[in-house]
Amino acid sequence: MKTWFKSGAPWIWLNGGAVAICMIMVVGLIGLIAVRGFGHFWPADVAEIEINDHTGKQTVVLGEVVRSQTIPSAVARDAGNYVPDDIELVTRYLIKQGNRDQTGRDFVWYLELGMEDFRYPDTAYVVERREWGNFYGYPLALQREGEVIATAADANFWPMIQESVDRSLKLHRDIQRIEKGEIGRISTRLNELRLDLRRLDLRDPPADVRAAEEARVAEARAQLEIDYQVLRKDLDVLYQSTKRDTLQMRMSDNKEVAISLADIVRVTAPNTMSVPTKMGQYVERLWEFLSEQPREANTEGGIFPAIFGTVTMVFVMSIMVTPFGILAAIYLREYAKQGLMTRIIRISVYNLAGVPSIVYGVFGLGFFVYFLGGNLDRLFYEAALPTPTFGTPGLFWASLTLALLTLPIVIVSTEEGLARIPSTIRQGSLALGATKAETLWKVIVPLATPAMMTGLILAIARAAGEVAPLMLVGVVKLAPTLPVDATFPFIHLERKIMHLGFHIYDVGFQSPNVEAARPLVYATALILVILIVVLNLTAISIRNRLRERYRSASD
Amino acid sequence: MNSQATNATPIRVSLNQSRGGEEREALLMANETPKIQVNDLNLYYGKDQALKNITLTIPEKKVTAFIGPSGCGKSTLLRCFNRMNDLVDNVTITGEMLMDGFEINDPKINVAELRRQVGMVFQKPNPFPKTIYENVAYGLRLQGINDRQTLDKVVEKSLKGAALWDEVKDRLNESAMGMSGGQQQRLVIARAIAIEPEVILLDEPASALDPISTLKIEELINELKDQYTIVIVTHNMQQAARVSDYTAFMYMGEMIEFGATDQLFTNPTVKQTEDYITGRYG
Repeated sequence: MKTWFKSGAPWIWLNGGAVAICMIMVVGLIGLIAVRGFGHFWPADVAEIEINDHTGKQTVVLGEVVRSQTIPSAVARDAGNYVPDDIELVTRYLIKQGNRDQTGRDFVWYLELGMEDFRYPDTAYVVERREWGNFYGYPLALQREGEVIATAADANFWPMIQESVDRSLKLHRDIQRIEKGEIGRISTRLNELRLDLRRLDLRDPPADVRAAEEARVAEARAQLEIDYQVLRKDLDVLYQSTKRDTLQMRMSDNKEVAISLADIVRVTAPNTMSVPTKMGQYVERLWEFLSEQPREANTEGGIFPAIFGTVTMVFVMSIMVTPFGILAAIYLREYAKQGLMTRIIRISVYNLAGVPSIVYGVFGLGFFVYFLGGNLDRLFYEAALPTPTFGTPGLFWASLTLALLTLPIVIVSTEEGLARIPSTIRQGSLALGATKAETLWKVIVPLATPAMMTGLILAIARAAGEVAPLMLVGVVKLAPTLPVDATFPFIHLERKIMHLGFHIYDVGFQSPNVEAARPLVYATALILVILIVVLNLTAISIRNRLRERYRSASD
Repeated sequence: MNSQATNATPIRVSLNQSRGGEEREALLMANETPKIQVNDLNLYYGKDQALKNITLTIPEKKVTAFIGPSGCGKSTLLRCFNRMNDLVDNVTITGEMLMDGFEINDPKINVAELRRQVGMVFQKPNPFPKTIYENVAYGLRLQGINDRQTLDKVVEKSLKGAALWDEVKDRLNESAMGMSGGQQQRLVIARAIAIEPEVILLDEPASALDPISTLKIEELINELKDQYTIVIVTHNMQQAARVSDYTAFMYMGEMIEFGATDQLFTNPTVKQTEDYITGRYG
């Protein structure tokens, strides 16, 4: 035993064990969110379940089996269910039965007692809707202008439904384009005109100038009004057109429901799908998740604005933090006289890295948003007041707050990189008649770029995952517009953004529909992790390329 | 060995008068022109005196070697010639150090300009993490010379001068970091001669190299002395004997003996020198 200790083997086991535990935790974490998150997009089979309760009443339930659970019968009895006395444990199933508009509850637990075997009828349809979540039922007929044009028994029923869905999706896109794009542009212009008038009031120019300006505004307004009416008419036509088709469905309790095609996103019959078809569906739904706007209080639809917001914010932050951090580090390491003062500064910077992030959020809100933003508004956007432009949380302030939060990371790693550069390189440059500044910019800084990239990588990893301060300085549950679009000046730093981290929090904890939100939390978490990994890998590959270039100089 | 050194007529210069009035003589060629004259130089790192009353003359277009045990101040003295000691905090220098009649330590002179005239090569090869071409062109670009033709010409000339051209002419745009140590050191020399300095200081230029690379560097030194004044610090006495025309032996910050290399190695006038070169201490 003693020799075993002396041999050093226990240390190796201990170290190896530590690594193994780390690996298990990382793999477990990613595995869990990957399985839970990715599973959500798989088109599950729709089960038809007959339940005969103890009174002999029969109910038929149609929906996806989410999961099952075995609970003590006492718990089931407390919940108001009938369980015979001789049964101690009872299994229950969580069924996603959809049809929230009809039954009020889309996720329901059913006890196994009295359940017949699950059936998977080919005629079970899943209708994804824009509102009220999924509809599960059996198709009856497709109506056009009130006339039945195809019934479920017809051979061409399925293709006709798909055709109608495609048509309504196209109409929906057109409507979106007009409402968000063109009408949005008109309202922006109208707002600008309103601000022009307001500016006129503030300046109080001579009467003739004022009259000319007012006339110009009135004319522009009239023109915009005409444009708007034209668009409005187009929209009315489109809206009318979306109401053309209706899908007649029957619910599992034989109630008949008519669903307007305008509300339908997708119609599927999962029980008839082969595995390749399901894979196709899977990819389609995953893509929709990544590329669409959220619906239904973020519990349906996609997370594209959140992905976009996160990436934009990280980019803006990187653009701000990199030059500041690098310049500060260069001054501290190269120019400042090393002494008590630089030590105090260094200690302060290191400690800044340990400040809880919510404190940065409070600082950002108090200083950046209210003080800086408020003053900016008074100086440059006076006409828009009292509506704040920069005096309210937004992308710029969120990025600036994160830049402040990650500044110490960049400074520390840049300084370490500068310190690692051999003094012979410096002397070599100086001996050729270079001044200190020339040496710094032509030799030292290029050599230190890998270290700067390391700092930036760490900063990005930290910033992309940060949530707490963002809630105070610019991230919202649902942003109506993206921070980058086609209207001048293209990047709208004052706009509020959505963020994946906050989206997870919001969907997971603020959502009215917990069961519907649960898989989305995992899926969003997975996307966030993947996003951070991608951002990091990009930065790491850039760094490695730089390192390769300066290989033996810095080792 | 150097034929000039042995055949020329010696002149007498006095050195190191401070040592108890004991005046030793060193031989200097009558036909040499002095390039750098050091008179009574003292250098202090804080309170520690690193150089004591150094007086010597570096002749133009000759190779002068500084030898002595580690810590004797030979590198410190070398670094005075292009004021690299400025980079160290707390250095005090007294005494005179004239190059072509100008005081090197004059705070008013342009140090960058001085270093352009007095190039330096260090112990460890320190090429910049740039291409071979850009390494050589670095000093010229600093002077604002960016004309491609001029640069091409100077790069070729310098690399030829450093006996490196044939080895690298096909890969001028590859990183200098991929060269061998000996090539890197010759590249550094090429980089130094590209800006056409008057003096080249070599601080143990071959101590990190293998014997073959060392030989090449030594051959190079022999070729370069036609055009440049060369001062070399070396630990290797054979090397000093092989490459230099004049040798100075230093010990504990003092200049013990200075003279023509042959003279110093075959017939040292001071006991300490003899002990050192025969390997009895050091």
